[in-house]
Amino acid sequence: MTNAGATRVAFWPNVKFLLAGIFFGILLVKAEVISWFRIQEMFRLQSFHMYGVIGSAVVTGMVSLWLIRILKIRTLDGEEVVVRPKKFTWGNVYGGLLFGLGWALTGACPGPLFAQIGTGAVVVIVTLLSAIAGTWCYGLIRDKLPH
Amino acid sequence: MDFLLEILSRPWPWYVAGPLIGLTVPLLLLLGNKPFGISSNLRHVCAACIPARIPFFQYDWRKESWNLFFAGGIFIGGILAGTLLRNPEPVQMNPALTAELASYGVQDTSHLMPVELFNFHALLTLRGFILMIAGGFLVGFGTRYAGGCTSGHAIMGISSLQWPSVVATCCFMAGGFIMANLVLPYILRLL
Repeated sequence: MTNAGATRVAFWPNVKFLLAGIFFGILLVKAEVISWFRIQEMFRLQSFHMYGVIGSAVVTGMVSLWLIRILKIRTLDGEEVVVRPKKFTWGNVYGGLLFGLGWALTGACPGPLFAQIGTGAVVVIVTLLSAIAGTWCYGLIRDKLPH
Repeated sequence: MDFLLEILSRPWPWYVAGPLIGLTVPLLLLLGNKPFGISSNLRHVCAACIPARIPFFQYDWRKESWNLFFAGGIFIGGILAGTLLRNPEPVQMNPALTAELASYGVQDTSHLMPVELFNFHALLTLRGFILMIAGGFLVGFGTRYAGGCTSGHAIMGISSLQWPSVVATCCFMAGGFIMANLVLPYILRLL
């Protein structure tokens, strides 16, 4: 019995993304970008560390995408690499500001929440549940918000 | 081997960790044309567990299940880095911040998170409620409203030269500056 039209979640095809996540999670912890202390330093301009991490990540991403484009590198399955364009909405501004406020309070963006819990900060599960509640409330009142 | 482990256990400098984080962008694209981003997982969890007939959560989240595996991996990566590669030293930070935090009674820097602020008992205090519950809510609400988080906008979006992501990233930073400098000092004085 399956839901009509619903895709099944297969484990094996997704293992590579699990491994990519492990790689990324280790990086987040070892770069200390999941540390509340480092986030406070960043927002008080007391350290270059976070700016160095994010800045060099962006430059690396940019160069990689440029190489993928000019060398016409394809995915593992031989597909053309596609990056979907993002459309501007005023949500980028209002939502961005709200997220920034939350980032400075929790010391975490969504990725780091998972990594923080992994390092043993078990109470962050509460923060994660609250973030899920926040997304749910956004979905609930989405039509009434300016975009 | 022990020598290698010791080096890996220290905090990694930005010029090592940053480029490796940036490589996650081509890695996910080449593994399966997936855009780097994590906050969408919060939406997928809503769609999977509590859709409640809200149109925003009516979609086939199973098609995006790679993202949940990626998040699961981040959790496992956190466990590995926090045990096998754990840094035994306290977090090194700017002395001005150490002094400021000490004035609020935050002195334990043995973990990446300040244990005096983030613990189950603190959830029952106004300060802990604001930091963890209100803060978490803002992260979840704000990222979805903004259409992405630090990974989706700041890294994936700017890497692919999308100006809406530059706008979003500037707003993330503005919100953070306002909170950390103008509001947080008052919150940390609460008990």
